[in-house]
Amino acid sequence: MNLTLKVWRQKNASDKGGFREYKVKDISEHMSFLEMLDVLNEELLEKGEDPVHFDHDCREGICGMCSLHINGKPHGPLQTTTCQLHMRSFNDGETITIEPFRAKAFPVVKDLVVDRGAFDRIIQSGGYVTVNTGGVPDANEIPIPKVIADEAFDSATCIGCGACVAACKNASAMLFVSAKISQLALLPQGKVERKERAEKMVAQMDAEGFGACTNTGACSAECPKEIKLSNIARMNREYFTASVTTENV
Amino acid sequence: MILDSKTPSGPLAEKWTNHKFNVKLVNPANKRKYEIIVVGTGLAGASAAASLAELGYNVKAFCFQDSPRRAHSIAAQGGINAAKNYQNDGDSVFRLFYDTVKGGDYRSREANVYRLAEVSVNIIDQCVAQGVPFAREYGGLLANRSFGGAQVSRTFYARGQTGQQLLLGAYSALSRQVANGKVKLFPRTEMLDVVIIDGKAQGIVTRNLITGTIESHSAHAVLLCTGGYGNVFFLSTNAMGSNVTAAWRAHKKGAYFANPCYTQIHPTCIPVSGDHQSKLTLMSESLRNDGRVWVPKTVEIAEKLRKKEIKPADIPDEDRDYYLENKYPSFGNLVPRDVASRNAKYVCDEGRGVNETGEAVFLDFRDAILRDGEDLVRSKYGNLFDMYHQITGENPYKTPMMIYPAVHYTMGGLWVDYNLMTTIPGLYALGEANFSDHGANRLGASALMQGLADGYFVIPYTVGNYLATQPYDKPSEDHPAFKQSEEEVKEKLERLLSIKGEKTVDYYHKKLGKIMWNYCGMARSADGLAKAKSMIKELKEEFWTNVRVLGTEEELNQSLEKANRVADFLELGELMIDDALNRNESCGGHFREEYQTPEGEALRDDENYAYVAAWEYKGENQDEQLHKEELVFENVKLTQRSYK
Repeated sequence: MNLTLKVWRQKNASDKGGFREYKVKDISEHMSFLEMLDVLNEELLEKGEDPVHFDHDCREGICGMCSLHINGKPHGPLQTTTCQLHMRSFNDGETITIEPFRAKAFPVVKDLVVDRGAFDRIIQSGGYVTVNTGGVPDANEIPIPKVIADEAFDSATCIGCGACVAACKNASAMLFVSAKISQLALLPQGKVERKERAEKMVAQMDAEGFGACTNTGACSAECPKEIKLSNIARMNREYFTASVTTENV
Repeated sequence: MILDSKTPSGPLAEKWTNHKFNVKLVNPANKRKYEIIVVGTGLAGASAAASLAELGYNVKAFCFQDSPRRAHSIAAQGGINAAKNYQNDGDSVFRLFYDTVKGGDYRSREANVYRLAEVSVNIIDQCVAQGVPFAREYGGLLANRSFGGAQVSRTFYARGQTGQQLLLGAYSALSRQVANGKVKLFPRTEMLDVVIIDGKAQGIVTRNLITGTIESHSAHAVLLCTGGYGNVFFLSTNAMGSNVTAAWRAHKKGAYFANPCYTQIHPTCIPVSGDHQSKLTLMSESLRNDGRVWVPKTVEIAEKLRKKEIKPADIPDEDRDYYLENKYPSFGNLVPRDVASRNAKYVCDEGRGVNETGEAVFLDFRDAILRDGEDLVRSKYGNLFDMYHQITGENPYKTPMMIYPAVHYTMGGLWVDYNLMTTIPGLYALGEANFSDHGANRLGASALMQGLADGYFVIPYTVGNYLATQPYDKPSEDHPAFKQSEEEVKEKLERLLSIKGEKTVDYYHKKLGKIMWNYCGMARSADGLAKAKSMIKELKEEFWTNVRVLGTEEELNQSLEKANRVADFLELGELMIDDALNRNESCGGHFREEYQTPEGEALRDDENYAYVAAWEYKGENQDEQLHKEELVFENVKLTQRSYK
């Protein structure tokens, strides 16, 4: 198939940036979206033009490095990652608009590459169980009901890609933050620090400049890992409980 | 130089315990006077960085990705082995050790493998304590499944995303230490050289991938946790960014490279669909627990399938060849990876391949769905089935999956002693970056085990043994050795930019990959390897005169990053071929067509090749020098591997 691409080009963080139009020909429906961009880049290189920069790594939908806003949607028309999106989802002759994820807390680095370091800093603020290597109990010491373990797993599958932020009209990071808070609040290992964790992670999220949640649910609808909106409800509960009760004795 | 593995003396089961007692300790107050560099933040790197910081060392952690959480360990699917014997099915540390040595076709170091099996049980405890949501039974205890090369169920898993969950656990421990100020994190930073002063590794030179700035970092010890080199084949299951550069630059500075020809071709990957393909996707080996591998009995039926005149479901059982079950009745579909891959190649070479290219076999869940129902199958493999569906556009609940072997893992790597130290004092290699535990073939669910064993439970002890003898002062980053290294790194980048040739980096990478796959892939021969060697030499020359890299050094420049990595792959490719040529036997993933049993199995030559081949770099365009570490087997009996 032949396609017209409107791609966001921006030299660096301080450049204003803008759309450039490119044509690509003979694209196979079996290609992944990123492979289609590889084709474009090979052509640009041959013409002596700077290739389009975009983040990607595992190309199997798990590392969370690829991003892209495709035709107005994070990771494009399907509820999957861009690397798992295939060209069979597009039609011959179509014009495809490709932008970086847009959010104040995700500044553009170059072209389609954004800085998602804010997510790392949120995890650093409390997204862990305080346990050193060694000296831990036997793995089967604390039985965990299967339904709880499964629910925690569902929250833990977040890949940190940032599609939730990009999908949200407020650029809120609530789905990302709540997924981690939920996972650890559900498991006995994480319960010990649940209050402090909720308070610290929410504070860091606010400090990073993410917006508030207005419950539209766009985040969950676009999440390639189908992280559920109920995580946000759980996070609000955790946060509220933490703010009205205390561990201090 | 004589290779000394520094394996402790004494009975196998007591070596590690004794060694831990005998190593020198650094007192807690003095640990903060030492700085350790960790390159790579996968399972090995993240677990090492976190554990060392917890002990009190100052750690600098580097990764080329935008976040440490994206290291390629995240993509591991199936599981992690541990000798817990929770299933009461006869597992033990010794059995895991034995299976691993046998699975590696008797080309690994006994003492290292035993230690790996020994600490495997601690890994599971550690991960559960971190909040890793492993699969559980209804009673609340941990679930297990079986994996290739074993007859017990010792694999712990988190659906088909075990690597992700383990890495996020290690990443959370790392993040805690970043918050504590004990780890300084350098994302989007690539190591381009290791700096040797007074014969010891004293730091690294890096490039900031956003600004292009070349920087020096000095330290008391350097840990390379930089993964494998499977991307030398261009098409592999590795991430696009996975590369050999850190390990290769260390090799050029004096670290020996061991067994580079040992590469693992994984049997269950989604077949190549066309020239545009940029990477291959693995379908977890766990699928072989319930999926049955088959091709049609005759070439005629296979041809009809390829022309789409019939559907797989139209072929009755009597016309199907469940070749693994027929040939290996006791292990069936769960034979080790090398055996499964080779047999897939055989049936496809016979013309019985089932897709348009003739390079695919079926992995069929029809019987599992009939037996257990679609829901149970979905609960075990749902995400894998979805992934397959997304990539191929076919629904594996309705029609059998098509799979074909692909490059997946590299058992070879930097030579290390029992302490995981390379031949350069103060330079360590952990995880897939070293060579030590998997011999000539790695068993499924053992990579995660090794990465975490090295990082959580081995290096925290062994690095202290070295540091205890080191002064607190470290060289300044203005030391001439750092400045020289920076100059060399810059010069190489400038050279790549100045060629301004005709062809792109990917053009050369793809060509290199094809040569490696055709001549140094699933089957190798002396003639083919010799031919490949001259082809790579030519390709390398052409690369350095005709590659086109645009842009500048002082910016985010992904073509330059790639070019720099491919330049190293070209050199590594040659060494892999030398190693494969040198090893006149077949073992595990290294299959030389000249050396096979009448049944087509790998034929080892224990008398002449029961050694680790460790290669020493001798300079640009010089042949490398081979050093041998003889492998001594005191606890395992060397036999022809049989999975019948």
